Amino acid sequence: MPIPPLYALIFSLLLFAIGVLGVLTRRNAIIILMSIELMMNAANINFIAFAARTHDLIVQVFAVFTIAVAAGEVAVGLAVVLALFRNRDTVFVDEVHIMRG
Amino acid sequence: MTPAAVVFYVLASIAVLSALMVIWSRNVIHSAIYLVLTFLCVAGVYVLLQAEFVAAVQVLVYAGGILVLFLFVIMLVNLGARVGPRVRVHATVSALVGLAATSLLVYVAATGGLVTSFNVPVDLSAQGGNLQQVGWSLYRDYLLPFEIASVFLLVAMIGAIVLARQKY
Repeated sequence: MPIPPLYALIFSLLLFAIGVLGVLTRRNAIIILMSIELMMNAANINFIAFAARTHDLIVQVFAVFTIAVAAGEVAVGLAVVLALFRNRDTVFVDEVHIMRG
Repeated sequence: MTPAAVVFYVLASIAVLSALMVIWSRNVIHSAIYLVLTFLCVAGVYVLLQAEFVAAVQVLVYAGGILVLFLFVIMLVNLGARVGPRVRVHATVSALVGLAATSLLVYVAATGGLVTSFNVPVDLSAQGGNLQQVGWSLYRDYLLPFEIASVFLLVAMIGAIVLARQKY
């Protein structure tokens, strides 16, 4: 195995940090969903890195399940964005403050 | 430095740079294209980590399905000239929080003993290869979670249709 798992972990760490930064700084709901996808990818890289470290292929099955969950999540999230655009005519989350107390 | 390490560094650099461009570019279409570049590079990293099946699923589901979904929604909402703000006032605070969390995670990863303890590679072809192993465990040991995942996808599909419907 030519790649030490630590390097893959640091790589996934960078991707996760970029995803967090995107969620925190961007106001476009579509870009926020993309950042969430980046974070899920980072989690998946962690799974695969630990699978490579422990030589346990079972771990890869969990990565496949994570991808399935990400697909469902992005479908529902984009439907929410679409409903938001239909009702509020915007996808910028700071312009939607109907639930602000 | 082995060739695989060079490939890993190149793929990881491209992935990180394009992920940065995802959250940096003002055009949402550009973000989507950079996102698919990130996904493809991550799939290459999966191949390097001996997870060929997950790499194939990554390309099919992420670069194929999810990106098309994103592009459809981007075209449907049609923001036009409204590109939106790139960063906000609290962006520096967010960056500081992200930096602190990242340094904490780096510290944990660097001191957790993950550097030294990794073993010699096993010969996967002796066990029938990656795909066969994953398929066996997916359909034999994890059959119930597999079926639950398909039910979950059905629920997500129906939920997306109900949410995105024209009239309620």
